[in-house]
Amino acid sequence: MADITPPAYRSIPIIPKLIPGAMEGKGPFVATDKINEALGFPGHLVDDWHDKAIAKMGDLLTRFRSLKVYMDACVHCGACSDKCHYFIGTQDPKNMPVARQDLLRSVYRRYFTLPGKLFPKLVGARDLTREVLDEWHNYFHQCSECRRCSVFCPYGIDTAEVTMAAREILQSIGYGQKYSLEILGKVHKIGNNLGLPAPALKDTLEGLEEDVKEATGIDVLFPMDVKGAEVLLITPSADFFAEPHIDSLIGYAKVFHATGTSWTLSSMSSEAGNFGMFIGNYDQLRQAALRIRQAALELGVKRIVVGECGHAWRVAYSFWNTLTGVGDGADANDRFAQMLQKQLDHRYKQPAHICEFTWDMIEDERIELDKSANDNLIVTFHDSCNVARGSRMGDYPGGQFDIPRNIIRAVANNYVDMDPSTTHERTFCCGGGGGVLTDDLINVRVKGALPRMEMLQQVTDMQKVNFMACICAICKTQFTKVMPIYGFDRRMVGGVHQLVSNAIVLGKNK
Amino acid sequence: MNALLAILFYLATLLFVVGLFHRIRTYAVTPAPLKIPTTPAPTTTGGVVLRMTREVVLFESLFKANLWTWGLGWLFHASMALVVLRHLRYFIEPVWGWVVFIQPFGIYAGIAMLLGLCGLWARRLFVERIRYISTPSDHLMLLLFIAIAISGLMMKFVAHTDVIAVKIFFQGLMHFSIQPLPADTILVLHLFSVVVLLVIFPFSKLLHAPGVFFSPTRNQADNPREKRHISAWAAKMESEK
Repeated sequence: MADITPPAYRSIPIIPKLIPGAMEGKGPFVATDKINEALGFPGHLVDDWHDKAIAKMGDLLTRFRSLKVYMDACVHCGACSDKCHYFIGTQDPKNMPVARQDLLRSVYRRYFTLPGKLFPKLVGARDLTREVLDEWHNYFHQCSECRRCSVFCPYGIDTAEVTMAAREILQSIGYGQKYSLEILGKVHKIGNNLGLPAPALKDTLEGLEEDVKEATGIDVLFPMDVKGAEVLLITPSADFFAEPHIDSLIGYAKVFHATGTSWTLSSMSSEAGNFGMFIGNYDQLRQAALRIRQAALELGVKRIVVGECGHAWRVAYSFWNTLTGVGDGADANDRFAQMLQKQLDHRYKQPAHICEFTWDMIEDERIELDKSANDNLIVTFHDSCNVARGSRMGDYPGGQFDIPRNIIRAVANNYVDMDPSTTHERTFCCGGGGGVLTDDLINVRVKGALPRMEMLQQVTDMQKVNFMACICAICKTQFTKVMPIYGFDRRMVGGVHQLVSNAIVLGKNK
Repeated sequence: MNALLAILFYLATLLFVVGLFHRIRTYAVTPAPLKIPTTPAPTTTGGVVLRMTREVVLFESLFKANLWTWGLGWLFHASMALVVLRHLRYFIEPVWGWVVFIQPFGIYAGIAMLLGLCGLWARRLFVERIRYISTPSDHLMLLLFIAIAISGLMMKFVAHTDVIAVKIFFQGLMHFSIQPLPADTILVLHLFSVVVLLVIFPFSKLLHAPGVFFSPTRNQADNPREKRHISAWAAKMESEK
């Protein structure tokens, strides 16, 4: 770690000069035979990878309109070219969203379009060679699927969709990424990304009950597998033991306690994060999500609430209804979805974000808050990319920006926003999302954090900010690792519910 | 030359219509299995129509991205729209009132279109990032439009062509009779460039025009919790159980 130096801040945030080849390399570790086969992918690169890859691309083009339209529609206008945090931090031109897409598009043109078949040089089409394959593996793992480019594209081209397709092609020929595929294996086998088995989870939760009792004198419960509970909490498994994640978990439990809400965790479905999205495989995405459906049905819960996690909230908010029926509005003859939807209480949003839950409780004055508990902090908020650009909270577009900020303002006296060119829908990814949060990509992670670090530095210098709240397990892990390299104290990062936990007054149930 | 251009126009138009129809059909029938609007997004269909209108008419996202590209791009597209409408007079008889009305504006638009194109090309040539991502076809496409614009303007300002005869030629084409066309080099160049444009349209990045309407990040309503969205191939997975 010591030999990693962060890129220098830009004195004026101008667009960097290109350094071709700056991030060339082997990319992340490749999944082993065992990891691949557990998920049904070929153990290692298959002999006829060329034909298999092209066939897979053809298959995806007929199943995903996004990919089909995005392969055709790009006009190389350059609107996205300076919008990616990995490009800004690395200056490698292949990290410009358009150039990243072109790694795939060039092959699409060669095999699926007439001009590419006839005049490949003219339209920038190229054969799929081993070099191209290696390039895909390298550069499609320097994308966090954060969707910032899609905000600025005049056709809404979302590089995340292209990255997902490229990764899906790679793993279908046995060339997938170790980190993401290994984690998916753990989810299928054990029920969470960390491979934390039920007894260990139980122990952890009991330990937490003791800790909170010691700190507050109150019996705040962390229930697991309670049938008939009202709320099923699905939270990223990092919340169970990682710092600072765990402080937010305590925050959720305190909110449930203070509002008298009966709730439970599930040991078989103890994970909100869904790496199936990262690897662009619908079946994996669906299988991982079905665990939540199963837990909800078995426990007979009325509500499903999701903890602080960015890509997970996108999957929950945008995809769960499609994948599992967690939501509302299924057709009357849709037996699969109706089975679950009949059980859920539709006076509430299904699923709900923990911030929606807490904000409702604050608005209803169901919890008592002592803001002065956070007076030692000057707080700013980092909009997590997939919450900002791939989901919503509350009843109106943009609620995902207001609700977390409303909560922070309700529990703390000192709040400032970072530069508006880097918040709300324009927020930068932390640099670790979408399957990049692994030590074999630490160089990518450090460089990708640059734009966020610049703006954090600005508010720490000007407004003495000393706490950056976020609502994502990956953001929290990434920042605690990367911020010390930029000279920040790692304890500056924490969850929104960590602040809630500080301020909430227990023992006065209303 | 008359017969050749006439045949080329027929073939090009056929290719354009059939090719474009085929492409649009492909976009329309390819499912979008997941809800992926770039949020914040409108929650209703009416809202989506508004968002798409802003995107197509005002280039809203591009405006957020880069003012130069937006300015030049919008100038080019809006001017071109006016120029195309101005050309309606060659295809309809009697000419509608509003087409008569826009004739003088169409000329200014021709100049504006050329300026926009030159600006866009300059950007492609001199901005390092844009130069990096440009393929030969990106440059040639701009050159083609520039050729169309310059040859068109030349017939107005430098060497007039017999527009009455041109109109008779196109009216004839529409009724499958080949009429004589003035033998002006510039006119032939102008028309031939348009033929090329029609031919490459369904096979090139010009598909961004129909494509934007099918872009799921822009055309989906943000209502996944309220309404279950499922594609046919994904629904099959549920019945297999």
